[in-house]
Amino acid sequence: MKMSRFSPSASPSPLRRLTLALAACTAFIGLPAHAQETINALVWCDHTDEAFLKAFTAKTKIKVNVKDYEGTGTALSLIEQGKPGDWDVFVVDSTDVRSVVAKKLLAELDPKAFPMNDIPAAVRLPEYHVVGGKMYAVPQKFGYNAIAYDKTKVTAAQAKDINYVFGASAKNKIGIYDYYLPVIGQVAVALGKKPQDLKESDLPAIRAKLVEMRGNARMVGDVVTTQTALATGQISLLVGGGEYTVAGLMAEKPNLDWVLPDVGGIRWQQAIGVMADSKKKAAATQFVQYVLSPEGQAALATSSCYWGMPANSKAALTPAQKKTLRWDEQTAFIAKSFPYPSPSAALDKAMQDMWLSVVQKK
Amino acid sequence: MTLAATATAPEQVAARRDARRGLLLTAPALLWCVVFFVLPFATMLVWSFYSGGGPGEGSLGLDNYRRFFTDASYTSALRYSLEVTLIVTVLSVLLAFPLAWAIATQVRPDRQRLWLMLAVLPFWTSYVVRSYAWLLVLSPDGVVNQTLMTLRLITEPLELSFHRATTVTGFVHFFVMLCTLTIYASLSRIDPRLQLAAADMGASGWQTFWRITLPLAAPGIASGAFLTFVVTIGDFVTPQILGGNNELLLPQIAMLQITRRGDIPMAAALSVVMVLCVSAAYLLLARWITGARR
Repeated sequence: MKMSRFSPSASPSPLRRLTLALAACTAFIGLPAHAQETINALVWCDHTDEAFLKAFTAKTKIKVNVKDYEGTGTALSLIEQGKPGDWDVFVVDSTDVRSVVAKKLLAELDPKAFPMNDIPAAVRLPEYHVVGGKMYAVPQKFGYNAIAYDKTKVTAAQAKDINYVFGASAKNKIGIYDYYLPVIGQVAVALGKKPQDLKESDLPAIRAKLVEMRGNARMVGDVVTTQTALATGQISLLVGGGEYTVAGLMAEKPNLDWVLPDVGGIRWQQAIGVMADSKKKAAATQFVQYVLSPEGQAALATSSCYWGMPANSKAALTPAQKKTLRWDEQTAFIAKSFPYPSPSAALDKAMQDMWLSVVQKK
Repeated sequence: MTLAATATAPEQVAARRDARRGLLLTAPALLWCVVFFVLPFATMLVWSFYSGGGPGEGSLGLDNYRRFFTDASYTSALRYSLEVTLIVTVLSVLLAFPLAWAIATQVRPDRQRLWLMLAVLPFWTSYVVRSYAWLLVLSPDGVVNQTLMTLRLITEPLELSFHRATTVTGFVHFFVMLCTLTIYASLSRIDPRLQLAAADMGASGWQTFWRITLPLAAPGIASGAFLTFVVTIGDFVTPQILGGNNELLLPQIAMLQITRRGDIPMAAALSVVMVLCVSAAYLLLARWITGARR
């Protein structure tokens, strides 16, 4: 959904290793006596629900220790601080899979071991998950960094019109999700550019629109802060928000909703893979299979941390859950949305510099 | 002629023995400081001079510091951090002093502990939860706006969140309690006979406060102010939640270097700048205490 891109370069220090060892020891406390094997997974917070993990352990006798992170940069730091083999499973944003594969962190996966045919073709994104003809990660969840809004304060027509967030009538009403890739991607779409084709020469025009949007924004924030701001009426519309922002709140706050802008939106995608240095690849693969199973997908889609569309179209969701996720509209949504930009290292740095100066209003 | 030159041989032996014993007794503390402060700080300092990777991969130079002092996003973060920290420190001390004074002088001694415990109640709540609670309190439907509207003082909810004042409020709420403790500790040790003597000699209440109470409370005020300064300038959570990223402070920018860019050397350079700010604050406060005692 949201991540960072970078290339950690330091070799792990003894102190870092000690820290990781202590953390690992802490994680192992409470290991059920009946669990025969234990794997360690680096995940987003939506993979940490106890019921989700316990169901897998009950079925396989494999205990999963999870460490949740926010931002691929943080995850890569954690991997770097450990030693090879510390981690068995890695949940990573689809746009980062290629860079993670370049660091030789992910193991090749056999597509036949996973329900690839149940994953919509547009979500499979082989250009992200397959490198050199080999598959390294399986798409598992997706959603949209689009527009989340309060129906009592902003009309659906305003929310769908991306120009609304640049205009004077949005002054002090909007918030911006603090992640440069989807928001820059959304502005690119508004300017009629494909996020995947962005070049450094496109940035001045994007920056000008970002400055207009930032001038209207009451706040820029992370998932929880923007969710709170929208739910408590401090902002009326969130750029970069989507079902992950409001789906879990809609039962209590029916005034909240989300839309894809008419001009098109940005789609986030998460993938899951097995670590190349894992000494428990079979158990790790079993966990990936569980995550991709109809039961695992349903639990993941309705996670207490945030909701999102399951990649597997056979996810065992209830009709009410499907309605909240707008199951029936996905074909149209996918057609109208673009995956995150996947910039080169130089363009990524330029984008981050631009984003920092826009957020800081400098 | 030096003292050592006049000391007898047994006295010299005893002095050396005392020195060895002193060194032995302080060794654990020294070791602790070396392992948990000197070495990490030295590592951070070394890293801050690298760019394009850490030792062994990157190149040595002043690039990070050059970038810091020439990029407006960074220099403004330093300015915002210093402004917010100074405002929080001054407000916390100003609000804490009367509270500490009231507890130390107006409350019966057997009830002072209870009052102190009530004063530190906010410490018992999670820092993150407390910050989010402030967002709710200041929201359009929150206690503040609803009270003002019920009293018909306003007709529309005020926009109270995501300003510098919101961040300052979150910080001050926390640090008033901390400063109350340190100032109370100083005030409660002041001999009341000193104030009576000053009054006997014709000093007014204000003169007594200015020339007796305040100088004697200076160590507690300075300790509270310094702790407030140190924690505020290095805090990431409060501005991240309450400030709405409308003014990014140094810790927020440092976090971005790690979580988004993986640029540990730049994060180290930003941290060194923060340590320099803290050192300057310490020197100024130490100088103030010395002046107050004279």
